[in-house]
Amino acid sequence: MQELKNTIRRNIQQYTMIILLAVIWIVFGITTQGVFLTPMNITNLFLQMAFIGIASSTMVLIMVCGHIDLSVGSVIGFCGALIAYFLKFANWGIVPALIVTILAGSLVGLWQGFWVARMHLPAFIVTLSSEWVFRGLIIAVTNSQTIQPNNEAFKVIGQGYLPNIFGADASINGTALLVGVIAIVIFIITQFNIRRNKKKYNFAVESKGLFAARLILLSAVIAVFFWIFAQDRGVAVPLLILAVVILGVSFVSLNTAFGRHIYAIGGNREAAALSGVNVQKVTWILFILEGTMAAVSGIVYTARLNSAAIAAGQGNETDVIASAIIGGTSPAGGKGKVVGCVIGALVMASLENGMSILSMGSFEKYLAKGLVLLFAVAIDEVTKNAKN
Amino acid sequence: MEDFILQMQNITKTFPGVKALDNVSFDVRRGEIHALVGENGAGKSTLMKVLSGIHVYGTYEGNIVYNGEIQKFRSTRDSEHAGIAIINQELALCTNLNIAESIFLGNEIKNKQGIINWPETYKRTSEALERVHLSINPETKVLSLGVGQMQLLEIAKAISKNARLLILDEPTAALTDDESARLLSLIREFRSEGVTCIYISHKLDEVMSIADTITVLRDGQTVITKARNEITKSEMISYMVGRSLTQMFPRREHHPGEVLFEMKDWSVDHPQIKDKEVLHNININVRRGEIVGIAGLMGAGRTELMMSLIGAYGNNIRGQAYYNGEKIEIHSSEDAIKNGICYVSEDRKRYGLILMQDIRFNVSLPVLQRLSKGGVIDDNELLKEVAEYVTALNVKTPSLEQLTRNLSGGNMQKVVLAKWLMTHPTVLIMDEPTRGIDVGAKVEIYNIMNDLVDKGMSVIMISSELPEVLGMSDRIYVMHEGSITGELDYRDATQELVMEYCTGEKHMNKNN
Repeated sequence: MQELKNTIRRNIQQYTMIILLAVIWIVFGITTQGVFLTPMNITNLFLQMAFIGIASSTMVLIMVCGHIDLSVGSVIGFCGALIAYFLKFANWGIVPALIVTILAGSLVGLWQGFWVARMHLPAFIVTLSSEWVFRGLIIAVTNSQTIQPNNEAFKVIGQGYLPNIFGADASINGTALLVGVIAIVIFIITQFNIRRNKKKYNFAVESKGLFAARLILLSAVIAVFFWIFAQDRGVAVPLLILAVVILGVSFVSLNTAFGRHIYAIGGNREAAALSGVNVQKVTWILFILEGTMAAVSGIVYTARLNSAAIAAGQGNETDVIASAIIGGTSPAGGKGKVVGCVIGALVMASLENGMSILSMGSFEKYLAKGLVLLFAVAIDEVTKNAKN
Repeated sequence: MEDFILQMQNITKTFPGVKALDNVSFDVRRGEIHALVGENGAGKSTLMKVLSGIHVYGTYEGNIVYNGEIQKFRSTRDSEHAGIAIINQELALCTNLNIAESIFLGNEIKNKQGIINWPETYKRTSEALERVHLSINPETKVLSLGVGQMQLLEIAKAISKNARLLILDEPTAALTDDESARLLSLIREFRSEGVTCIYISHKLDEVMSIADTITVLRDGQTVITKARNEITKSEMISYMVGRSLTQMFPRREHHPGEVLFEMKDWSVDHPQIKDKEVLHNININVRRGEIVGIAGLMGAGRTELMMSLIGAYGNNIRGQAYYNGEKIEIHSSEDAIKNGICYVSEDRKRYGLILMQDIRFNVSLPVLQRLSKGGVIDDNELLKEVAEYVTALNVKTPSLEQLTRNLSGGNMQKVVLAKWLMTHPTVLIMDEPTRGIDVGAKVEIYNIMNDLVDKGMSVIMISSELPEVLGMSDRIYVMHEGSITGELDYRDATQELVMEYCTGEKHMNKNN
């Protein structure tokens, strides 16, 4: 019991955000008379938040490092415009178009990294500048026209689903069930591996009961989601991309020297430098990573809409930053978890989606998003103080 | 009956674990210049913080009688209101403001509507500047002033508030000889106008030339108060250090080998002030299995010397570093670590630890690359190594997941040490290794140092505590104002002798 209390206390922040998300879903479930919680709508919800979640993953690390990126919205739009241009007007194949667009995103990061890491300009200013520069470049690339690539392979990235192994007409999507089972199996195996390794070195592990409870609970959550997907169109490709990005970036942040150096820099830049951390190099690579993920996000976004407009991505930087913050990232640096941003992005997308079903307008949506952001951080601050 | 402007009676001030002031009495006559001298950590600054209300009434025992009344200062505003102004060692100026704004900051001249009266502000600023003989436009930005001018500006600010008791803490530490002379004559001028002055300085020559009365503090106690003409400089030194070494220092016989690390002709310029050399032609070396102490007073340039070695301080760094007879290039801490050299900072919280992270994170930080396989950190191996060092250094903590900000000073220092030992260094530079640590932990740190040296490591120890330098070092360098003034074997060193080198009384390159 004491152990359970300690675990909860240590992870209180993550739990409050999950509870917040659950409350939002329950409220919308009731007020929309169940429409919000239908398998179709839940799938749509994930489709809507996937590109925000992708960009948020590295935004978390940028903020952990003590910086910010205000240019994400424009870079999403710019990379979307690029790939639309390549496919429609340059008649490139999907593969070269993808590669060059993603490289373009990395170059954007290289440029910003130069000013932030090498020239020591504040990231706030560098990325604010990029926000405008790339908004301008979108207009140049699209020639002020909305481009519709109409490329079938490209559309799959934003709106496709894995083919159903039960056959296209089956009422249940077998692929979703299969992927769900695989996910649960991988999850359980890795957890057991970690535990066995710790035991091998005689380190303290959580009690058997707690370990089992945690495994069952999280497996159940995975199962419920894939069961929901199975009743609708199955596993969406953008969701798969989101999962790969989140797991990848999260792994890098937790299990590589580069990742831990980011946390060290954000926690205490001078001490990190004196401990042999190459602050300039880490910051630079981080911005390149951020630009790359913005490109991936832009590709998914443009593919979903099958259109690259000059206003594409406008204002999305606020959603991306808010997702990171609601997910528990400290704007002051040093603290934050990559997986948290998925919850943050889900909270933002749920508000947007649920209020749309209730036919509310922009006025209410902005109001709700603004206040939820504020209260999420306020709750976090209060629980943190209570803990101390 | 004598006219005392200030009588501090039986002041005792305790910090957790340390008695910083122990029953100190300190009386200042009206209109005199009263010098307060003592070693680093003798309690001078603490005493002045009590007086100026930084340590508020109720946090200390004893009485402050000022102008015949017991004072209960709750803030520096209270003491300023009473006419006491303190000018700190580190100047507290907002460099983005101009002189007039700076002088009247927090004390603005306003009309009834609350709008600042600029003509009056500038007029009064000019008057204040005139009193300190600073002929400079009141609209000049503080940023563009030299250190000496900033000092004068601080004094002008105090005078503009009608200060009757001026406290100057190491006012000439950063000044040139010329600027110092001007400051001293200014202080004499103030004396003739009836302003009383408490003058804290390490520079005994200055003290002898300016003070009417001298009080010596040592280990938080008043040793003596005497008129200037009743005391000599060497007497002053022996009062400052007069204490015998206790059994605190576990002296072990070391057997130093060949020279392992060496700095030659090392000169460094000030990081901000162009062409101002702060370290002059320094030559030091350390042999394998040797503890070399670097003694000196605050501001002698010891920390700057070591920070410049790892590229973290200074401009235009000249000179060479040799490791095992080979020339090495070090531009960052990363380079230093690769060459087996570690610098353990004096400021653990600022330069040593990431306080929001746990012990495991901090200890493993410099060696994450070494502990990675194919780019992925081997967390089990990492935990194993961290646990080894943390246990070996006897860090008292419930778990390795304890946040470092929750540790005591001694345990923080051990965690920092564990971190550096993870890099397998051969030269360990320790800056004030036992500052702010309780006695028990100090002895533990000393034992660790001896163990490391027995294993063939070399230690360079910067310390402001003379007993520590004498008790631990095999060889001692002494620094004074950016130069090495002496090199001594521990067998020849006495506190008095080292202090004479510290104050520049003796200099190995000058025949005196």
